[in-house]
Amino acid sequence: MSGHEVPPGAAVGRALAHESAALHVTGQALYTDDLGVRMAGLLHAWPVGSPHAHARVLNVDVSPALSVPGVARVLTRADVPGVNDAGVKGDEPLFPEEVMFVGHAVCWVLADSEDAARQGAAAVQVTYEPLPSLISLREAMDASSFQGAQSTLRRGDVTVGLAQAAHVFEGEFELGGQEHFYLETHASLAHVDESGQVFIQCSTQHPSETQDITAHVLGLDAHAVTVQCLRMGGGFGGKEMQPHGFAAVAALGAVLTGRPVRLRLNRTLDLTMTGKRHPFHAAWKAGFDADGRFTALQVQLTSDGGWSLDLSEPVMARALCHVDNAYFIPHVEARGRIARTNKTSQTAFRGFGGPQGMLVVEDLLGRVAPLLGLEGHELRQRNFYRPGECTPYGQPVRHAERLETIWTELLASSDFHARRDQVAAFNAANEHVKRGLAVTPVKFGISFNFTAYNQAGALVHVYKDGSVLVNHGGTEMGQGLHTKMLQVAATALGVPLASVRLAPTRTDKVPNTSATAASSGADLNGGAVKDACDQIRARLAEVAAGRLAVHPDDVRFEDGRVFPLGHPGRGFPFRELVHDAYHRRTQLWAAGFYRTPGLHWDREAMQGEPFKYFSYGASVTEVELDGFTGAYRVLRADLLHDVGDSLSPLIDLGQVEGGYLQGLGWLTLEELKWDESTGAGRGRLLTQAASTYKLPSLSELPADFRASLLRQATETGVVYGSKAVGEPPLMLAISAREAIRAACAAFGPPGTPTLLASPATPEAAFWALHAARTPSPPDAPRATEGVPT
Amino acid sequence: MVELKINGTARQLPSAAHTTLLAALRADGLTGCKEGCAEGECGACAVLVARADGAGVRWESVNACLALLPALDGAEVVTSEGLGTPGALHPAQEELAVRGGSQCGYCTPGFVVSLAAEYLRPERTPGEHGEANGFDVHSLSGNLCRCTGYRPIVDAARALGTPVEGDPLAARRSQPAPSARPTRLEAADGTFHRPPTLAEALALLAAHPDARVLAGGTDWGVDVNLRRARASVTVAVDALPELRAFETGREVIRLGAALTLSDLERRLGDRVPLLQAWFPQFASRLIRNSATLGGNLGTASPIGDSPPVLLALDAELELVGPGGVRVVPLRDYFTGYRQTVRAPGELIQAVRIPTPLAPVTAFHKIAKRRFDDISSVAVGYALRLEGGVVTQARIGLGGVAATPLRAYEAEAALEGRPWTAETARRAARILGGTGTPLSDHRASAGYRAAMLEQSLLKVHWETRAEVTA
Repeated sequence: MSGHEVPPGAAVGRALAHESAALHVTGQALYTDDLGVRMAGLLHAWPVGSPHAHARVLNVDVSPALSVPGVARVLTRADVPGVNDAGVKGDEPLFPEEVMFVGHAVCWVLADSEDAARQGAAAVQVTYEPLPSLISLREAMDASSFQGAQSTLRRGDVTVGLAQAAHVFEGEFELGGQEHFYLETHASLAHVDESGQVFIQCSTQHPSETQDITAHVLGLDAHAVTVQCLRMGGGFGGKEMQPHGFAAVAALGAVLTGRPVRLRLNRTLDLTMTGKRHPFHAAWKAGFDADGRFTALQVQLTSDGGWSLDLSEPVMARALCHVDNAYFIPHVEARGRIARTNKTSQTAFRGFGGPQGMLVVEDLLGRVAPLLGLEGHELRQRNFYRPGECTPYGQPVRHAERLETIWTELLASSDFHARRDQVAAFNAANEHVKRGLAVTPVKFGISFNFTAYNQAGALVHVYKDGSVLVNHGGTEMGQGLHTKMLQVAATALGVPLASVRLAPTRTDKVPNTSATAASSGADLNGGAVKDACDQIRARLAEVAAGRLAVHPDDVRFEDGRVFPLGHPGRGFPFRELVHDAYHRRTQLWAAGFYRTPGLHWDREAMQGEPFKYFSYGASVTEVELDGFTGAYRVLRADLLHDVGDSLSPLIDLGQVEGGYLQGLGWLTLEELKWDESTGAGRGRLLTQAASTYKLPSLSELPADFRASLLRQATETGVVYGSKAVGEPPLMLAISAREAIRAACAAFGPPGTPTLLASPATPEAAFWALHAARTPSPPDAPRATEGVPT
Repeated sequence: MVELKINGTARQLPSAAHTTLLAALRADGLTGCKEGCAEGECGACAVLVARADGAGVRWESVNACLALLPALDGAEVVTSEGLGTPGALHPAQEELAVRGGSQCGYCTPGFVVSLAAEYLRPERTPGEHGEANGFDVHSLSGNLCRCTGYRPIVDAARALGTPVEGDPLAARRSQPAPSARPTRLEAADGTFHRPPTLAEALALLAAHPDARVLAGGTDWGVDVNLRRARASVTVAVDALPELRAFETGREVIRLGAALTLSDLERRLGDRVPLLQAWFPQFASRLIRNSATLGGNLGTASPIGDSPPVLLALDAELELVGPGGVRVVPLRDYFTGYRQTVRAPGELIQAVRIPTPLAPVTAFHKIAKRRFDDISSVAVGYALRLEGGVVTQARIGLGGVAATPLRAYEAEAALEGRPWTAETARRAARILGGTGTPLSDHRASAGYRAAMLEQSLLKVHWETRAEVTA
């Protein structure tokens, strides 16, 4: 059977609640920090954070902390038996001699209670020599402070493309970062067992890397360190690279004290210490022909990487690979560089640079459409990729026709054209309230740009009673991966879902796993689980064939029964078959493996086929904007997204809706502000609490919210015809930003471009609408004009 | 030790003076209660508490992260674990689970509790809040979810029916409530008192001028958690009868300083339209179930939400001290950044609102998020008009100076003038120049000033019909 065929009555494709839903709602689902209260002798860790954005550590005096009642030990640089580094690039000292941002942990205090650890940390005396710091992206650009590789994605010759253009525009754009704000903050719990194995429970998306880094910090072989992740209370990319150092500190403490160590960041620490979505700056020049089709795009992207490289290079690669979004651009020159600033080390976040790259081109189109005399939806559709065209990095755009299909279906289902007229009528009738309506597309490449990560393993056991236990290398962070894996295993073995159970993700069960990231969890681990199940089934089919007197190829497995093709009545229970197979000495477990075929990527040349396929979607958003305040609300959002043949429709719909709202937060509400003054607080994150960093709440839910999955969307070559879903829907929210822009523009005369800061907070919207309705605005901040040259 | 009934079982829990209910529940193994923010913003720690309501009980949801355990001596608490089990889900749990209302599941127990509180609200009737089942969806606005996008959670809320016969928590509503127990708890981190009488409370304050006065604790709890603030003496005053008055007389409305905002919201109904418009914009249901007017005015934050409306309403405060009660107009109450005329030994006893009320009122809260956000600027208006002329204007401001302000100059620019666009424009320019707004993480100074100006223009625009009528 090929990978995408779904047998009748299969478990895949059924709309199921999350496999842990009953545990979630009753408070019984356990997270890393829930495990510590059940341990005796537990120590709690608290960091001594730098008050300076950049300083040399001259001296650390831990003795005052040791006299705080309850303090057991202070972990310092001298305690590290192995490599003093928390990352993979060698630029993230776990115990630094030079602190690089406010909150950078110099050392960690261990105590009997969190409160004692906190008091101990306050007592540690650190002497610093403050050094000059760079806080804003602008400061770093002006100082030419860059890190890592600079890369260029090139096709054709932009000089030629711009020369061919009937209209050339240029502009600049700055877009803000985003805090993950997983509800569960970073947490690790480490202990050493009787054989000297270091066992770490960790809220991590990448247990194998947590294991590797802990091992190198401790100077141990990887086999001496085991990492387990029961589940995470949200990850969103924030637990791909960032947990490793915390896990290593907890493990180091456990090794040195012989007691279990709990390290959990409270919200303030988490916001202060851990990386976020990269803010970007873009300077662009774009050419269009007389019909509004791109002739060329020249763009310089600069990301704010923070103090260390972390994942900034691949994030930039993905940004460069998504600056085209859904549009064919004949001549492209896209350059990327990573600024180094004295802030948290920015990291993976749902979309991984893709949203930033895409937002640059969508902002550009939103700005120039009025200058081209076109409405946004016309300009966008006119530039769509057509079948047979390639991306600037040379990958054919497989299923490009789905862009048109989705667009047409969505415009019809959302009643776009009629509503556009209604919005115009509303705006004509209302002086102080305006509405905006916009539609934007998404094309997002699926697979890790880093080819080696596109592999996965699984270990599937069938026990003698016919019950099934599945281990795989992916982690559960709420995205429903485990639910999907249960469905894949039940489908592949033809057994009821109730007879399959999932074991927690552990590095001693499935080794050398990739991060659960890049939306690839179900594709990769699903492939591996299915491979393991297929091996077991093939062996069982041999046994069944003997009893049924048919060829093994003609044995069918469905819903816990085994029967000859075409004769369901002649079958017998799966558990009987398993029983027989055991007695015939058949191996009833298997290790599965999957590697995504057909990928290649030249990182230097920025050419190749880094993606297995593209994920498509589009959204229509309508907003209403108050001209007095800039406050707005989303009246209606219609989303149509391509997830292939959904493995689990309720889960996928949840990803689409949740992604949209998280994207809406990034683009409209969530604002990271650092102290950029020269005062004592320089470099401090000013929005380091839930009260100052506002996530979307219920009030941001569109009053009318309609999300659907594209039908007849089988993706051949992926497990049961499905597609990845985690990241792409986040970018559906770009239509909300464009709708806000349209509403702002409605306060002014038609045909003029409207600049909108990102995030488009009520304040930003107010300045944009204020500029639209008054010829010369006051000292409104923000972006330079997109002016014809 | 503090005694509580948790999920129907009497428990004795060890407590320091600043132990939070959240920490105590988790240490006791009830880890369904989560810490997401430790400042009452995310609701992951929500629990139900049994509050007195007439002769019975009202189940109200509160943030366990902000509730100090010794303040709950004798209380009854229900957590998500106590509502149902995986094999026997509570309706709120069932609806949430089957609709995909949980993804990562971390916020979920808190949502379950908020859903259950509204499910159990005795007044909930079909059609209320525009919902077939009368469910107030905004009662969930103090719970944050980062995964789902809220749609399935709202659908779960809309699907909830009414408690069936024999529902134990619904049945509990008709039994007497546990009463706040006089408490004195001494621990290494301080002493916690719940004095039984006002006289004893005042005596404690006289003996300990630096004592921390505790009512709902929604502000103090944040300091305890995030800044590790500690008080050597804490005095809980929220149960004192003198601070729980509720009187709506012919000349004055008296609101006890220790009544929760939810209580006031419910009991006032539409009696004070400005407050009716204001309550939903004050934090979230989870916070309003604990927060009090006394607390909001006692902390005297320049961005507190109550001063702008209470200034507009010409409110007065009753301050009670060893020498008795004195009445201070709110406009004279604030003296500096978080400074007031209240003496260390005094308590805010009640807020007095003179009647008849001004007929034209408005409250404008400028913030990033539509609900449950801290204002960058807040403006309260109360205008009296006669024959199209403004006879009296009261404008209260927050967020534009070190204290809440009355906008006297803008008021003067309105009074005696016809309520026209020209008058509004002139006064709006003056209002825009009021105070000394700063640029910070919430808003720029320019936006704050612009919002003052725009606010008055908006009030005029929205009330212009009332003049011509």
